[in-house]
Amino acid sequence: MSPAPLARSGDAAAAPVLRERGQHEVFCGLTSIVWLHRKMQDAFFLVVGSRTCAHLLQSAAGVMIFAEPRFATAIMEERDLAGLADAQDELDAVVERLLARRGDIKTLFLVGSCPSEVIKLDLGRAAQRLSMRFAPEVRVLHYSGSGIETTFTQGEDACLAAMIPDAPAAAPDAPAELLVVGALPDVVEDQFSRLFAALGVGPVSFFPPRRAAAPPAIGPNTRFILAQPFLTDTVRALRERGAVRVPALYPFGAEGATQWFTAAATAFGVDPVHARQTLAPARERATRALARHREALAGKSVFFFPDSQLEAPLARFLTRELGMRPIEVSAPYINRELVDEELAALPGDAVISEGQDVERQLDRCRAARPDLVVCGLGLANPLEAEGLTTKWSIELVFSPVHGFEQAGDLAALFTRPFARRAALRV
Amino acid sequence: MKLAVWTYEGPPHVGAMRVATAMRRVHYVLHAPQGDTYADLLFTMIERRDARPPVTYTTFQARDLSGDTAELFKNAARDAYARFKPEALLVGASCTGELIQDDPGGLARALDLPVPVIALDLPSYQKKENWGAGETFYQLVRFFADPARAAAAPATKTRPSCNLLGATALGFRCRDDVRELTTLLGRLGVDVNVCAPLGAAPSDLARLGHADFNVLLYPETGDQAARWLERTYGQKIIRTTPIGVNATRAFIAEVCALTGLAAPADIEADLRLPWWSRSVDSNYLTGKRVFIFGDATHVLAAQRVAREEMGFEVVGIGTYAREFAREVRAAAAEIGCDALITDDYLDVEHAIAALQPELVLGTQMERHIAKRLKIGCAVISAPAHVQDYPARHAPQMGFEGANVLFDTWVHPLVMGLEEHLLAMFRDDFEFHDGAGPSHLEAAPAPQPEATPSAAAIVWSHAAEAELAKIPFFVRGKARRNTEAYAALHGVAAIDVDTLYDAKSHFQR
Repeated sequence: MSPAPLARSGDAAAAPVLRERGQHEVFCGLTSIVWLHRKMQDAFFLVVGSRTCAHLLQSAAGVMIFAEPRFATAIMEERDLAGLADAQDELDAVVERLLARRGDIKTLFLVGSCPSEVIKLDLGRAAQRLSMRFAPEVRVLHYSGSGIETTFTQGEDACLAAMIPDAPAAAPDAPAELLVVGALPDVVEDQFSRLFAALGVGPVSFFPPRRAAAPPAIGPNTRFILAQPFLTDTVRALRERGAVRVPALYPFGAEGATQWFTAAATAFGVDPVHARQTLAPARERATRALARHREALAGKSVFFFPDSQLEAPLARFLTRELGMRPIEVSAPYINRELVDEELAALPGDAVISEGQDVERQLDRCRAARPDLVVCGLGLANPLEAEGLTTKWSIELVFSPVHGFEQAGDLAALFTRPFARRAALRV
Repeated sequence: MKLAVWTYEGPPHVGAMRVATAMRRVHYVLHAPQGDTYADLLFTMIERRDARPPVTYTTFQARDLSGDTAELFKNAARDAYARFKPEALLVGASCTGELIQDDPGGLARALDLPVPVIALDLPSYQKKENWGAGETFYQLVRFFADPARAAAAPATKTRPSCNLLGATALGFRCRDDVRELTTLLGRLGVDVNVCAPLGAAPSDLARLGHADFNVLLYPETGDQAARWLERTYGQKIIRTTPIGVNATRAFIAEVCALTGLAAPADIEADLRLPWWSRSVDSNYLTGKRVFIFGDATHVLAAQRVAREEMGFEVVGIGTYAREFAREVRAAAAEIGCDALITDDYLDVEHAIAALQPELVLGTQMERHIAKRLKIGCAVISAPAHVQDYPARHAPQMGFEGANVLFDTWVHPLVMGLEEHLLAMFRDDFEFHDGAGPSHLEAAPAPQPEATPSAAAIVWSHAAEAELAKIPFFVRGKARRNTEAYAALHGVAAIDVDTLYDAKSHFQR
């Protein structure tokens, strides 16, 4: 069955947003280094921060499986803060040692942190100076992943926005190109490329690119479509280069993916009948894959704690394609332009919240007794111990969940906690 | 600035969290930016705790910095007290909170809350996690056990009693060590007065002075508090860490000497390590080359157990705890190996690659290093990962702890009889050389690389072929010994004869 067309009546987009201020139980933007360094394998991420930053990265990365990770922390010490050492000189020395050991680094990101922002360490100046020094072998870029400015996935936004000024300019008369923006696993990119080719949309490039040293050309004929909903600054930077956004739902679930590909096809003047026919088999597969999960999830309520910014599109997917009932959908922040259509697809009685006071939100959650709670790792076990069923949200960021072929996998992430509860007899 | 890839220790406020989380009825208000809440998951995920750590983060943002972050702190502290009603409020700042200099202690005291406020001054840019835990525990003990404030001693007391000091949340097997020692001491006739921080409320700390002596389980976190109690209450400190058979016996002897009690005759009834070590299957453990790295408590204990109770050869020890560098260096000197004092895991990896041990006893970092180098490894110290917080009772201390050490250290190795079979039948297709220990997942045979010092020494084709006939689990040692022999005798090219000359030279 196919869901009813998106309605805007009585929708959650029109409802007031509950804005809260208090303890935020979310990661900072540094955490996105965990997937960005896997995506761009010629890049290295050097956090300029404290021991806390290094400890966070190692804890968020979970297992340390990498021979030598392509990220590290330049830990500021007492002498850097007391002015005994010039932090810029110290940073130069760290970068020099790093580049001497790692000849494979083509792009170095200096990543600002809470302490570096608070002491106003100018990483822009450092990046400029180091770029001149190590050009052309190594480009040095900078952005902030600090918790005082960014949450979790916003780190990717800051990183991508920092790469755009460095991307080559596409000529004003260049043919239209599609840019898919937001980090996706390689396997998903490959699927998307094949579908775009079949649709006749192209040329298509992906941003971030697999090689940071080779960013795509951007110009007024660039049409970009977002694969991720957390890219506010990136959108702004792309527009400054004249690129035009193709608005669409995010490609989660059969409906989201259909709408997303169709929007791109329309922007490239593809015949709607051809588009529908081309997408039909993939859509059919996705719908089939979802059917089993719909049986397990339909009618169940879900409560989203703020985490990855994916909450609105995922809630839309769970509501419209799997029949779940969202009680509260919260995000660290809400950029209306990027998620309005997603919110519009949610029922009017769902609470939409922005920011967080974790204690009060936990009170609401306990009172609502949702069938499923989507939350971060700090809250999951305590809530399970209280008898609630949880899905820890970091998996939604680390697993391939976009597009038709992953629709079933995405749904499975939500059914597994129920299946496990049902399986256990202890 | 210091370049760090992985870190052995977190910042000092995480140490404070380990104390607060271990205790009951305390709450810690931390002046910290968004993101520092990541530390919660160390406890809820790695240690599988079923409750959030008792910590409130003020979560200041960039836009607050020009405004009133002090007000933000006061609100957070007021709300946290109202919600959690702790017996004591710990307040402090994380690394970024420290930079904005809001004075959490002063702010919290100004709120006039009806409970004591303990202000923690943990310099994030100088100190690390274990220091932070030790300092936090000390501040709590000094405040609540202050004789002016302490609880009155009970009127009647029949048995001698002691305090167990130093066990925290996220420590290595703290839960099980505490249970094991509480049982052991009970059988000796000694009651545990207070175990702290693990399981203690502030009101329990007020009773610390009632004990006859203190057992310092983990000096990293308990030393400062134990010294203060010794000064204040004259409580003797038992510093022998009862890890391994001999240390446990020494510990018992100390307790008995201090209390005048005698150990019951069957105190060792469940101890199996000595016989397991003496039984013939364990012959193969003799002289296994072991590298040991971790915190000081566990490294110092492990090097003794490895040599005296397992019959291993310890080829290197080290610690990331610079505070204990002297003790670890002394132990290394005693056994004639080098001490590696570093918190840079690349140094540790380099040392392990160069030494080519057959077994690594370390932290989760060494587990990763050993996995890459295809060397067996057992984890003996924090930092540890989720699999090192087992469901079963698996202490390191006491006699059951000794049994656990035998099992866990032997597990990564090829079994004794199996080693003989592999040597005898290694040309059999099913016993093929790369099979690895039969009880572990199939792993490719180790491919020891030439030692850096041996770069100039060349192996002849025939010698390489001969080396390949030696079972994989001793091949690294054979290569190393042969190259050492060649270097010693100025042999530039190793042939088959050199190999066997070296073998006879190093024959034990």
